[in-house]
Amino acid sequence: MEFFPRVVFYLKFLDYKVPVTETVVVTWCVMVILMVFSYFAGKSVGKKDGVLQKVCEAFYEGMENILVETMGESASAFIPYIGTLLAFLLFSNLSGLFGARPPTADLSTTLMLASITFFLTQKEGIRRKGLLGYIKSFFEPSPVLFPLNVIGSFSTPVSMAFRLFGNILGGLIIMNLVYSAVPLFIPVPLHFYFDIFAEILQAFIFVMLTAVFIAMAD
Amino acid sequence: MPAIDGKALILAFSALGAGIAMIGGLGTGIGQGIAAGKAAEAVARQPEAQGDIIRTLLLGDAVAETSAIYCLIIALILIFANPLIRLL
Repeated sequence: MEFFPRVVFYLKFLDYKVPVTETVVVTWCVMVILMVFSYFAGKSVGKKDGVLQKVCEAFYEGMENILVETMGESASAFIPYIGTLLAFLLFSNLSGLFGARPPTADLSTTLMLASITFFLTQKEGIRRKGLLGYIKSFFEPSPVLFPLNVIGSFSTPVSMAFRLFGNILGGLIIMNLVYSAVPLFIPVPLHFYFDIFAEILQAFIFVMLTAVFIAMAD
Repeated sequence: MPAIDGKALILAFSALGAGIAMIGGLGTGIGQGIAAGKAAEAVARQPEAQGDIIRTLLLGDAVAETSAIYCLIIALILIFANPLIRLL
C-alpha cells in the first residue's frame, strides 16, 4: 500500500540528488500524450478527413456551453485555460486505469493546480474592482472581519486541493485494500466507480469550482 | 500481562483514532442525501431543467463533501504518516 509516491530515480544536479517521484514521471507522460495529440490535431485543421479537428471542436464547444452558462459573457477568456485543466485532469485521473499512480494522488499536484486557480481568482478580482476596490473588499462589511476574509480567501484553494487529493487517494487505497483481500473478479466492477466514474466526476468538479470561483471574484 | 510498549500504544490508539475520525462522514452522508432528495423533487417539478439541476447538485455535493474529505485525510495521516510516533 502506498501513501507516498515511490521515488523512481534520482537526478544528479551538481552536488544534489533530486528525487524524481512517480508523480513527476506520470505527469510528464500525460503532458507528452496531450502535446502529441495537440500537434496532430493542429495538423489536421482544414483537412477533409480531419477527425482530430472534429474531436477538439466538440470538446471546445462543450466547454464553451458549460462555461458560458456558469460564468456568463466573461467566460471566453478562460475557455483555453479551463479546457486545458479539464484535459490534464481527465488524463491524469484516468491514468490509474493503466496501472500508473495518478499524479492527482499527490498533494503537490493538487495544491499547485488549486493555487493557479487562487491566483487567477485574485487577479480577476483586481482587474474587475481595481486595486483599491480589491483591497477595500477585504474590509467589508466591517473592518473587524478582515482576518476572516483573508482566511476565507486562502481556504478555498486548500479545500479544493484536499478534495481532489482525498478523493483520488481514497479511491486508490480502497482499490488496494480490495485487491489485497480478494484479488479476483470482485475488484472489476469497483474499477468502474473508483477509477472511472469518481475520477471523471472529480475532474469535472475541480473545473466547475475553478469557473465558479473566477466568476464570483467580483 | 506483559508491559505495553509506548510505540504499540500509540499505534493502537492511532488506529482507533482513524476509525473515530471517519464518523465525520456521517454528517456528509445526511447532507448529500438531503441535497439529492431535493434535486429529485426539483427534477420532478421541472423535468426540462434537469441538466442545470444535476450540475448544481454535483457542485453542492462537492462542497458538502469537504468535511468528510478532511476526516478521510486525518484518518489517512494517522495510519500512513503518523506524526505522533516521532514524538517518542
